[in-house]
Amino acid sequence: MDFAVIQEYMPLYIEAFILTVKIGWIGIALSLVIGVAAAFVMHFKVPVLSRIAKIYVELFRNTPLLVQLFFIYFALPKIGIQMSAETCGALGLGLLGGSYMAEGFRSGMEAIPASQSESALALGMVKRQMFTSVIFPEALSLSVPAIVANVIFLLKETSVFSAISLMDLMFTAKDLIGLYYNTTEALFMLVMFYIVMLLPVSLIGSYLEKKARLATFGE
Amino acid sequence: MDEILQVKGITKRFDDIVVFENLNLTVKKGEVVVIVGPSGCGKSTFLRCLNALEDIQEGEITLDGESINRNKKDISRIREKIGMVFQSYDLFPHLTILQNITLAPVKVKKRPKAEAEKEALELLERVGLLSKKDNYPRQLSGGQKQRVAIVRALIMHPEILLFDEVTAALDPEMVKEVLDVVLSLAKEGRTMIIVTHEMQFARAAADRMIFIDGGRIVEEGKPKDFFENPKTERLQKFLQTFTYDDEK
Ligand SMILES: Nc1ncnc2c1ncn2[C@@H]1O[C@H](COP(=O)(O)OP(=O)(O)OP(=O)(O)O)[C@@H](O)[C@H]1O
Ligand SMILES: [Mg+2]
Repeated sequence: MDFAVIQEYMPLYIEAFILTVKIGWIGIALSLVIGVAAAFVMHFKVPVLSRIAKIYVELFRNTPLLVQLFFIYFALPKIGIQMSAETCGALGLGLLGGSYMAEGFRSGMEAIPASQSESALALGMVKRQMFTSVIFPEALSLSVPAIVANVIFLLKETSVFSAISLMDLMFTAKDLIGLYYNTTEALFMLVMFYIVMLLPVSLIGSYLEKKARLATFGE
Repeated sequence: MDEILQVKGITKRFDDIVVFENLNLTVKKGEVVVIVGPSGCGKSTFLRCLNALEDIQEGEITLDGESINRNKKDISRIREKIGMVFQSYDLFPHLTILQNITLAPVKVKKRPKAEAEKEALELLERVGLLSKKDNYPRQLSGGQKQRVAIVRALIMHPEILLFDEVTAALDPEMVKEVLDVVLSLAKEGRTMIIVTHEMQFARAAADRMIFIDGGRIVEEGKPKDFFENPKTERLQKFLQTFTYDDEK
């Protein structure tokens, strides 16, 4: 391995890393918002909306991100909806992630026994207080393992961004290999940068899971 | 007017199963009413009707003259006045013991947090659990959790307390620590309705005993008469299931 090459490529990789992390986390933030909203309407069986949410979840969970990105990036402009590649990447990731997060939150909410809502009501809480102070935080603690797994999954999915010509890590590696044939160095750096991106998430995730377990029912 | 709770001719049905029919009960301020009866006779359902966790098909329930109805907009305001402790404790698992207790006074009653915490600590001290204030529910034993659940109800300053078999889920060695707390509340003149299978405790705590069977009140009376001279055959039979005769 030639360290001079690594040094030379470094700035390009750092730039690609920042772009990947940025779009990745914007997408993840979006997926959390979509996931909570979809889980809420499905759990409380809000008319019409819960139907739409169900169709959305099935649609996005059962199609690959690559296909979704192609659709958003290449097909939507044909009907006049044009967005930058970055926006498309974040939106695609957010929609894919939202469908996974929705299922995670929903199973969290379903795992809460009815007696929890009842004791909240018995203390004089109104429905809104019951949801914000009891149901939502409990569902969140119960969904931590699912959320962590989804976040890691979504960060890995960023590797398909190159397909809509976003200059992410994958794109940079492929580009450099095509231009200079320093395959070993380029791939080594690709792996390293993905590890740098994911390892902290894994570690923080395990810590959060341990903390959240304390806050669940268990005996 | 020292009648605080009035139950007038209520009927509760689940679809076509009639749980009870035309039930009447009046509870005076400071009175401790203990309800016993065979499993499935509707004791839990009755308590749940009293704070509108269940709706009723006929009749009326009033607390301080205010009608209790599940569909009322301000039902949560009436529920504040009714403390309920369930068999399964139902503490909030994501909150510490102290947070479990202060949640409702702060969110519902809008009391200042510091003041609610001060009272919570006093109450925890009273039930011998001050040292657990920063623990999570799952770190406590069943008996400890149930004492916290009682404190969580007390801090709302309810006008009436409902206890539904609060020791039924506990290991035998923890039953007494919980019943001691309930008994001390009974002795300080609080208004309470207690459902229990612990007959010795019932006798010690009750001002009035009620026996429900087959969807109606079969017998009621002072604890001494109730236990020593049950009038109806059904109550006699029921009480016999709690005595052990070593002749046989
Ligand atoms: N949600 C429900 N739907 C239908 N039937 C119900 C429901 N809840 C209770 N029941 C029925 O109502 C009757 C009374 O139940 P309840 O739980 O009030 O009895 P209980 O006296 O508290 O019994 P236990 O001593 O075992 O706690 C039972 O026959 C039960 O099966
Ligand atoms: Mg019961």
